Amino acid sequence: MTNADLKDGWELIVGLEVHVELGTATKLFCGCVNQFGDEPNTNICPVCLGLPGSLPVVNEKAVISAMQLGRALNCSVNRSVFARKNYFYPDMPKDYQISQYDQPTNTDGYLDLPSGVRIGIERAHIEEDTGKTVHIGSTGRISGSDYSLVDYNRAGVPLIEVVSHPEIRTINQAKEYVEELRGILLALGVSDAKMEEGSIRVDANVSVRTTNEGGLRTRCEIKNVNSLRSLGRAIEYEANRQIDLYENGESPSQETRHWDESAGRTRSGRSKEDAEDYRYFQEPDLVPLNPNSEIIHMIDQGLPTFPSERRTQLAALADIDIAEIALIVERSHDDFASETIRAGATPQMAIKHLTNNLSDGLGKLTPEAFTSLLQMEENAELTSTQAKKVLGELVLKGGNPQEVAAQFGLEAIDTDQLETLIDQLIANHPDEWERFCGGEKKVQGFFVGEIMKSTSGQADGKAINQILNARTSE
Amino acid sequence: MSSIIPATSLTAQTIAEKVQSGEWTALETLENYLTQIAKSDAEIHAFNTVLEDEARAAARAIDERVALGEDVGPLAGVPVAVKDNLCTKGMRTTASSKILENWNPPYDATVVKRLADAGATLIGKTNMDEFAMGSSTENSAFGPTRNPHDLTCVPGGSSGGSAAAVAAGFSPVAIGSDTGGSIRQPASLCGVVGVKPTYGGVSRYGLLAFASSLDQVGPFANTVRDAAIVHEVIGGYDPKDSTSISEPFPSFLDAIEDGVEGLKIGIISELMGDIDGISSEVIQKTREAATLLSKNGALVEEVSIPASLYCLSAYYLIAPAEASSNLSRYDGVRYGLRVDGETLAEMNINTRTEGFGDEVKRRIMLGTYALSAGYFDAYYGKALKVRRLLAQNFDEVYSKYDALLSPTSPCTAFKLGEKTSDPMTMYVNDVCTIPSNLVGHPAISVPFGSGSDGMPIGVQILAPPMQEALMYRVASTLESAEK
Repeated sequence: MTNADLKDGWELIVGLEVHVELGTATKLFCGCVNQFGDEPNTNICPVCLGLPGSLPVVNEKAVISAMQLGRALNCSVNRSVFARKNYFYPDMPKDYQISQYDQPTNTDGYLDLPSGVRIGIERAHIEEDTGKTVHIGSTGRISGSDYSLVDYNRAGVPLIEVVSHPEIRTINQAKEYVEELRGILLALGVSDAKMEEGSIRVDANVSVRTTNEGGLRTRCEIKNVNSLRSLGRAIEYEANRQIDLYENGESPSQETRHWDESAGRTRSGRSKEDAEDYRYFQEPDLVPLNPNSEIIHMIDQGLPTFPSERRTQLAALADIDIAEIALIVERSHDDFASETIRAGATPQMAIKHLTNNLSDGLGKLTPEAFTSLLQMEENAELTSTQAKKVLGELVLKGGNPQEVAAQFGLEAIDTDQLETLIDQLIANHPDEWERFCGGEKKVQGFFVGEIMKSTSGQADGKAINQILNARTSE
Repeated sequence: MSSIIPATSLTAQTIAEKVQSGEWTALETLENYLTQIAKSDAEIHAFNTVLEDEARAAARAIDERVALGEDVGPLAGVPVAVKDNLCTKGMRTTASSKILENWNPPYDATVVKRLADAGATLIGKTNMDEFAMGSSTENSAFGPTRNPHDLTCVPGGSSGGSAAAVAAGFSPVAIGSDTGGSIRQPASLCGVVGVKPTYGGVSRYGLLAFASSLDQVGPFANTVRDAAIVHEVIGGYDPKDSTSISEPFPSFLDAIEDGVEGLKIGIISELMGDIDGISSEVIQKTREAATLLSKNGALVEEVSIPASLYCLSAYYLIAPAEASSNLSRYDGVRYGLRVDGETLAEMNINTRTEGFGDEVKRRIMLGTYALSAGYFDAYYGKALKVRRLLAQNFDEVYSKYDALLSPTSPCTAFKLGEKTSDPMTMYVNDVCTIPSNLVGHPAISVPFGSGSDGMPIGVQILAPPMQEALMYRVASTLESAEK
């Protein structure tokens, strides 16, 4: 859905809050192992259990990771302090969360999307994760449950919360934003960035306004979105819900809403009026983080090349629009593509195969084999169908394309041979031919199918069509 | 008036020397103190828990090590009483609160570990105001501690149990915590030495937090030197406490006998007069101390710390604010008391309603209010400004003076129940001690005679951050002159 898909005259406004679990070896404030999926309550100690008297000590690696992410998002990295966010919940051992408030580590950055749009980043701050609560009983929610179990393995796992400005205008941009952020996290190696395991959690602040209207209307925060698909569905549902309200003379109230995947709708959660007063204040058990310019410089020096830059590089090399190579970069096949192109392969052909026929990975395919395969196709030694077949084998078993083609007995049938076969076929099926000439397009399939059958699939479909069309005009 | 004060008391220094040399055993030394506790603690109630068996086992182990010729450490065989808000592994740690009545920590506080490593025997856990909130040890869920000098009087607080234990001869030294005067004020009221170290000088790891930015652990002793010895053992960098100072402190003992010749010492004029409930006897004693220091060659004159007048107000916003957050974890979910309810919130509320005493509840409410949206700037925010202003005041004064002098407590020990009806009259007890906590500087209370009521009076020496060596020098001069 683009803006054009919203009801006429309405515009979508989305800001995303993405929680990223860092993949550090240990937790944010203690030496416990940071690992998903272990036996409940095995990776715990006095600190992450918030036992009386325990004190947090910040994990240097986590801070560096946060600063790396900040720099990757073009943020300024500031002197920052931790703050306590106070509220009661059983999965939060201290009944306050150590987070950052008015002095976060990273501020004022941006993220460039593959579609060319730049989304502002307000902040990317460090905080600790909570434990996990399972409510046992009929409803699965805390009210009405018989009892609840809490697993504190996740308590104290380092999180970075990346907050965008409300500058996302389409569902596609929202998805692109999350995908792009994932790409950066993976390039940095600071998180496994798995949405399904909760190592990336996305909340969407959604509002709508009429086209050309200045200012922002009331937003709702959508939680419990567990995949990119859900994100898209949830935003679409919520935008339309709000538009319907406005068009009925009502207006949405500011609240948290939960996405219900099976029902395909958002449900009212906590309203602004019930919102907790978190009573933020500076965490007295920790000292400020004050990176000097040397540390920032060191971080900048160590940054890898990010997807946006890689896209630009590949697009320039291939002389192709950025949007067409985005998928290749996302799969990290861009180095492979560049090498092939530099070795002399036609960029369009390389991009076509990489995009369409190599989505499951490159396997044992080498850039040399790929290049020479593309050259065979280019020289019409193989049809595109044959090339695809050889490619599949090269991915699976490796080797060079000439040998594989020979093993399969593949060689493109030359045009003379093909013309003879087609003429014979027309002669044998005059009725079908007459219908084809009369414009009955579905008969085309019959001719192509018959030729493929008689050549064991080695004929080039495109060439068959060209010959058939040429014959009709004769 | 009925009192329980031993005629003579041994110093930790003497005990350690005799035990290390093999002249005495750690066990027989311990037994003497256990006997004193058995005889008199029923009346004083300095202890929440006496760790007889554990202490005997520790003493035997020390004696074995001595027999093997090992150097056991500077506190070889010295019994130490520890305030009940410091975690002791597998041993009940209550903070004198019903909410933790039967909580056994799975770990030792850094201070407790360092004491054991230095050869001390942990003799027991001392009574205190619940979660260290109070100035009389009357806010204990397990009943008040009485002053060994007069059993009808309070020992001060919140570390009243530790102060009383040393005064009554239950232990040669003890450990307390000081958030607004909780070591120095009871030390003054019980006639013993009490020290609040530089913030970050002693690890807080394992100290049940009251107000994290103000809390410091420190020693009680019969002599200034003993306090310094214990302080050296428990102090020093701890990687488990992020606010711990990593730079080494100058030795507390090397210069302790060097006297005060040539030092410039200021008397804080704001704490010498116009304060609610300050006794003229206390002011008189402080002036005598000043005279004594001048006689010993120091230049002593009055100085002004204007912001000290606002300290009490600032403290009673900052400390409760931090406490309201620190005490949230006592919610009935994971450990300690749980009082069931129909819902989670009801269980939380029932647990905290039944588990916390009135003073703790009062401060949680004050602190919650001070941090609330719409009130933060007017209360907590303003209190932080006072704190910054106070630090500037001290910096200016310390650019001209080496140390400062003031009363410790505005009055001598008061009667049990005398100040419990009006919290404000109790809060005023901290007026002279709070400034050091707000700025994180070290301060010591030294016994300096007694009032017409026969009760001890202490005077306070304040020093710049990390200047404990100087503080101990001045205190030691006062002590030897007094004796």
